[in-house]
Amino acid sequence: MKKRLTALALSALMAAGPAMADLVFPSLSYRTGPYAANGIPFADGYADYFTLLNERDGGIGGEPIKMIECETGYNTEKGVECYESTKGEGALVYQPLSTGITYQLIPKATADGIPVHSMGYGRTSAKNGEVFRNIFNYPANYWDGASVAVTHILNQEGGDLGGKKIALVYHNSAYGKEPIRTLEELSKKHGYELTLLPVDHPGQEQKSQWLQIRREKPDYVIMWGWGVMNQVAIQEAVNIRFPMDHFIGIWWSGSENDVKPAGDKADGYKALTFHNFGSSYPIYDDLQKYVYDAGKAAGAGDQTGTVLYNRGLYAAMLAAEAAKTAQEIHGTKAIDSKMMRDGMEALEMTEEKMSALGLPAFGPEFKVSCENHGGNGFGAVSQWDAAAGEFKMVTDYFQSDQDILTPLIEEDSTAYAKENGITPGCN
Amino acid sequence: MFYREAGDFKTTYQQDNQTFPIRFDRYRYYAVLAVAFLAVPFLVNDYWANAILVPFLIYSIAAIGLNILTGYCGQVSLGTGGFMAVGAYACYKLMTAFPEVSMFIHVLLAGGITAGVGVLFGLPSLRIKGFYLAVATLAAQFFLVWLFNRVPWFYNYSASGQISSPEREVFGIIITGPNAPSWAVYLFCLIFVAFAGILARNLTRGTMGRTWMAIRDMDIAAEIIGVNPLTAKLSAFAVSSFFVGISGALFFSVYLGAVEVGEAFGIQKSFLVLFMVIIGGLGSIFGSFAGAAFLVVLPVVLKLVGVDLLGWATDIVAHFQLVIVGGLIITFLILEPHGLAQLWRVAKEKLRLWPFPY
Repeated sequence: MKKRLTALALSALMAAGPAMADLVFPSLSYRTGPYAANGIPFADGYADYFTLLNERDGGIGGEPIKMIECETGYNTEKGVECYESTKGEGALVYQPLSTGITYQLIPKATADGIPVHSMGYGRTSAKNGEVFRNIFNYPANYWDGASVAVTHILNQEGGDLGGKKIALVYHNSAYGKEPIRTLEELSKKHGYELTLLPVDHPGQEQKSQWLQIRREKPDYVIMWGWGVMNQVAIQEAVNIRFPMDHFIGIWWSGSENDVKPAGDKADGYKALTFHNFGSSYPIYDDLQKYVYDAGKAAGAGDQTGTVLYNRGLYAAMLAAEAAKTAQEIHGTKAIDSKMMRDGMEALEMTEEKMSALGLPAFGPEFKVSCENHGGNGFGAVSQWDAAAGEFKMVTDYFQSDQDILTPLIEEDSTAYAKENGITPGCN
Repeated sequence: MFYREAGDFKTTYQQDNQTFPIRFDRYRYYAVLAVAFLAVPFLVNDYWANAILVPFLIYSIAAIGLNILTGYCGQVSLGTGGFMAVGAYACYKLMTAFPEVSMFIHVLLAGGITAGVGVLFGLPSLRIKGFYLAVATLAAQFFLVWLFNRVPWFYNYSASGQISSPEREVFGIIITGPNAPSWAVYLFCLIFVAFAGILARNLTRGTMGRTWMAIRDMDIAAEIIGVNPLTAKLSAFAVSSFFVGISGALFFSVYLGAVEVGEAFGIQKSFLVLFMVIIGGLGSIFGSFAGAAFLVVLPVVLKLVGVDLLGWATDIVAHFQLVIVGGLIITFLILEPHGLAQLWRVAKEKLRLWPFPY
């Protein structure tokens, strides 16, 4: 079965090879539905970076980039349909921006030999590259995020969390349930009490959860939300007058679209991040010249410089750098998905590289290896400044608690390997 | 010209009572089955199978189920999504508890379990009708989704709350999981569709179908002439949920492979199957297929036309899908309330005489 699959894949690749000189990067975006407010800036950033590479450099290594956008609406069935329709075009890497779709694609993409880059989202234990050969989640994952949030709270409370109460408001899906295990382990280690408050998709109805928070008065609230759930949660927190600087969201709950509806009262809301903000980077000059002024900006062109737009640029940049690495390793410009996977596994992000690309000190340095597909787990905390209308970094990058996380990742990935008959190994 | 009915005499009661008495219809039916079973598996590629044919087959089973309940028996039900979830989770628990048993048995048993749950949630139909019954089944929808989210036993205590279908084989061919060949998945679903279609057609043609239709048309008069409303309504719920459960089990195990109940079996799913039945035609087996084909294929066609051919932005095309489906539902309800099946019936009557006008 495996031999037949590889033979089929090889023949498909050989057939596709000479005809397809383009590097295909599918964009499984969602510009409609309840998560569109956050999906649009990311998709715009992703598309604009590739447009920039095409316009300024003629592609990657001289190979033009073809970006195929497919609307998923954050819906799993549409995600599968988009995957099936684009994989035949020679797709190099998939970034579904949805934990649900990623869970779907993990077995499919592994069987088809196409890598999936789930940048800072699920499946967390994909950090263990020995089990998840085709799945990468650098530079940080959800357990890193949970640990970073708790460490920050620890620092705020002077190093002692005994007797404190932390509530987790989470999207009632695989995405939102990811941090629960880590937060429970950390509560054993630090002695705080954890309350879990699920919010059903799409997250419009949160009154009862926030009434409970008003009643129980936890010291801190951590949020794992996405889309309209973020906006509603922050508005509800404002309504119950919860202290905003004790409200910390994961990096997917920290965008301007989430805080602006609540107005000035959302000032002080904190969110984690694994990259920097703003548009004062040299790459924006290039973007202005080659993309915006040339009228090739994706979408409405009004999301530039926002947190999620930057994240889209970052994701596209990492994909392009992995493609470059793949071209170097294999000595050919027209790479396929298997070479792309090798490129991603050999990727090393250094400060020199980022500066050369026009994004100096944009994110943490990391190196991907077969054992570690998830980066080093560095995150930082940012805070919303309503008067200035932007998120500002309030801490430096610091690492998550690797003592707690490493055994958890080992445990989860071994369970997955056993369930699916995968022999862990790096060959 | 197509229908040559001259000389087609029936000499036995069996011939007279068959489902397709006209020879042309019968041969066309055999031809469709032959093409579906013998030709398509060799021609289909991954995209066609996984994105178009398999969802069409799965949704047509669900549409047949809902058509029996709403079209033939007149009990409005908005709980289809929840019942599909029951089928999926039952199949998952059976697959993980009894890995040696054949997938055919698991899917049928999942249908049986869903039939039991359907009878339970069908009990309110003995007291309430129409819109109020729709609300009671809506309660079933939300309750079942909540149940599968809340009780960890159903998803085997997995941390993510998702259920994923382990790899299983049927006659030596892998049928679930990512390594299953698309033609095998297609054939597996086709076998269930053929089974469901034949079973439903014969049930609705027989006594049971007539009791359902009697209840639909005027339940008090039916009760007076001796139709037992309890058995008729509960049997409608049972048979309908059996089909919907099979559909849900297939949806999870061979089509998606991993589902999250809130997202895959939400109220949207109930509405989707209801629209398939409305557009296809209430009270018609062919209508279930027509409606399922329409609503599965239409978004894909719109996407191909809008994005690939016309080059529009993906979000505009996605918004257009909603507009067009909504517009079609309104159009159908006003112009042709009996749906695509009625259009087909009228066309067939005209075709039987063509080229003569009468």
